[in-house]
Amino acid sequence: MSRKSIRQAINEALALEMRRDARVVVMGEDISGGMGAPGEQDAWGGPLGVTKGLMPEFGRERVLDTPISESAFIGAAAGAAATGLRPVAELMFVDFMGVCFDQIFNQAAKFRYMFGGKAVTPLVVRTMYGAGLSAASQHSQCLYPIFTHIPGLKVVLPSSAYEAKGLLIQAIRDDDPVIFFEHKAMYDEEEEVPDEAYTIPFGEANLTREGDDVTIVAFGRMVQFANQAADKLEKDGISCTVVDPRTTSPLDEDTIIEMAEETGRVVIVDEASPRCNMATDVSALITQNAFGALKAPIKMVTPPHTPVPFAADLERAYIPSPEKIEAAVREVAAA
Amino acid sequence: MQLNREELLKAYRDMRLIREFEERVHTEFAAGGISGSVHLYAGEEASAVGFCMNLTEVDHIASTHRGHGHSIAKGCDVKGMMGEIFGRSNGLCGGKGGSMHIADLEIGMMGANGIVGAGPPLICGAALTAKTLKTGGVAIAFVGDGGSNQGTTLESYNLAKVWNLPVIFVIEDNGYADTTASSWSVGGSQTKRAEGFGLPGYRVDGHDFFAVHKVAREVIGRARAGEGPSLVHARLTRYYGHFEGDGTTYRAAGESDKARAERDCLDIFRRRVTEAALLENDQLDAIDREVLGLIDEATAEAKAAPAPAIEQLFTDVYLSY
Repeated sequence: MSRKSIRQAINEALALEMRRDARVVVMGEDISGGMGAPGEQDAWGGPLGVTKGLMPEFGRERVLDTPISESAFIGAAAGAAATGLRPVAELMFVDFMGVCFDQIFNQAAKFRYMFGGKAVTPLVVRTMYGAGLSAASQHSQCLYPIFTHIPGLKVVLPSSAYEAKGLLIQAIRDDDPVIFFEHKAMYDEEEEVPDEAYTIPFGEANLTREGDDVTIVAFGRMVQFANQAADKLEKDGISCTVVDPRTTSPLDEDTIIEMAEETGRVVIVDEASPRCNMATDVSALITQNAFGALKAPIKMVTPPHTPVPFAADLERAYIPSPEKIEAAVREVAAA
Repeated sequence: MQLNREELLKAYRDMRLIREFEERVHTEFAAGGISGSVHLYAGEEASAVGFCMNLTEVDHIASTHRGHGHSIAKGCDVKGMMGEIFGRSNGLCGGKGGSMHIADLEIGMMGANGIVGAGPPLICGAALTAKTLKTGGVAIAFVGDGGSNQGTTLESYNLAKVWNLPVIFVIEDNGYADTTASSWSVGGSQTKRAEGFGLPGYRVDGHDFFAVHKVAREVIGRARAGEGPSLVHARLTRYYGHFEGDGTTYRAAGESDKARAERDCLDIFRRRVTEAALLENDQLDAIDREVLGLIDEATAEAKAAPAPAIEQLFTDVYLSY
């Protein structure tokens, strides 16, 4: 056990699984960096250094730099998964799904069903998401609701370093295609993380707080914001349960419904664009299954229905903040 | 000719089996027994068989929406295929895929595909597996002239080259992408496109099994030896429309009848082997009869098979969920 950043936790998960299983390969743009160039090799280790050190240990045959051809290499990862490897492909930013989505949602996601159960596709696509680094409209989106919509995919949203390591090892050992979302503004966040390998099962929500007054369901980075809001509200006598579903597909519907019933007051926090996102999905889940227990209308905290802006002030206004969550909880608690 | 008698008989039988299968699907579709859409490979048999004769179960292929011929040539069970096309429980994919998703990964058939140009990236993955796990396998992506214009295909030429993958891209150019002539839709030449990416490019008459087999053996041998990817541009003729029900009004009058009369791959094969006294007409006639019987059986079994159980709707989405 030692303090590790999310970056280190993910790196360690990859290295441990690559040591354990020779079929695990990683691939992506600049995943090592400097391929064919005259200077430093392993120059980047991915755009934010998450995969640094893997190439020196495992070699170019298992740490594959790619041309900027997402369709080709994400498709190759799907094809490799269906034929015996366990690839972890890095889609640098999830915003780039627009140039390779067919390979994910029409190919990898559907092999097993279309082929009558005769395909196994242990593919992991790691991808960066989220606003907060002034990366503007084409490098800041969440988009996990789109993947959640697709039968055949599993979708993972780790909320801390401990969660990231256990969920990524689970993703690599899982035999279905998994899309693993890493928030680009969270890589440096640290906590105590075991040194050895461990897994966190999919579809089992984690309660980061338990309280009596309001249930907050939050996704990815928003779990941290919800915790911050809950800490502050606690001092004012409003106690919150915070539900981190960990995975949006599968979704731990039972825990969400149960926690909604316990307090009867619900706030859902989702960094994804507000139409057809996880907040609307979970809101529908609760109203269908726990309507009688609700003491107040469900409140959703989301960005506005706009692209992600560049200017820091605009971006701050865009992102759901602990303050917005706090205000929503107070409103729901008082209703 | 490098093929022995047994191989020649197999080549003829595989081509005849594809033809008979497709002719039967054509009539059964017209009779109303098959739902959805089917895209027939009749006329193009020499390409699938010429390539797949050089493969074993360690090798992979990816096909297109016009996938029946590749499936049969790679060794898929024709009764399972017929059941699949009829949407029955005895189908190769349990009736959940249909004509456009016939696959059998155990024998290296990675699937027909409903998305034009989807196969080349996938086949790069199969080749990466072969290279990484040192299976000795090679991988072939069959692509239509339509698919040759997809970015996925062109990206895959490049990826196969820079990763030095054991891949062969086979452009089956039947002259039409849906209704659109390849003479109009393809800029430049297929082989020069390949050469632009550093892949050797070959042209071959796709009606001539022996020509296809010869070039296939060469490019597959090179891939197997670790010498990298190649591309083959095969010109051939699609006897039917893009899909069953296509009136083919965009084609010249009598175009496919003329091809059937003058450039039919089965006729060319028969003439070559009998004139060279390699096989007798009687032997080939016997194959024709045996294949016809098999297709009769496959059709009867498909029609008699029950529909998939309703519970099948919910299975095979995930291994665990």
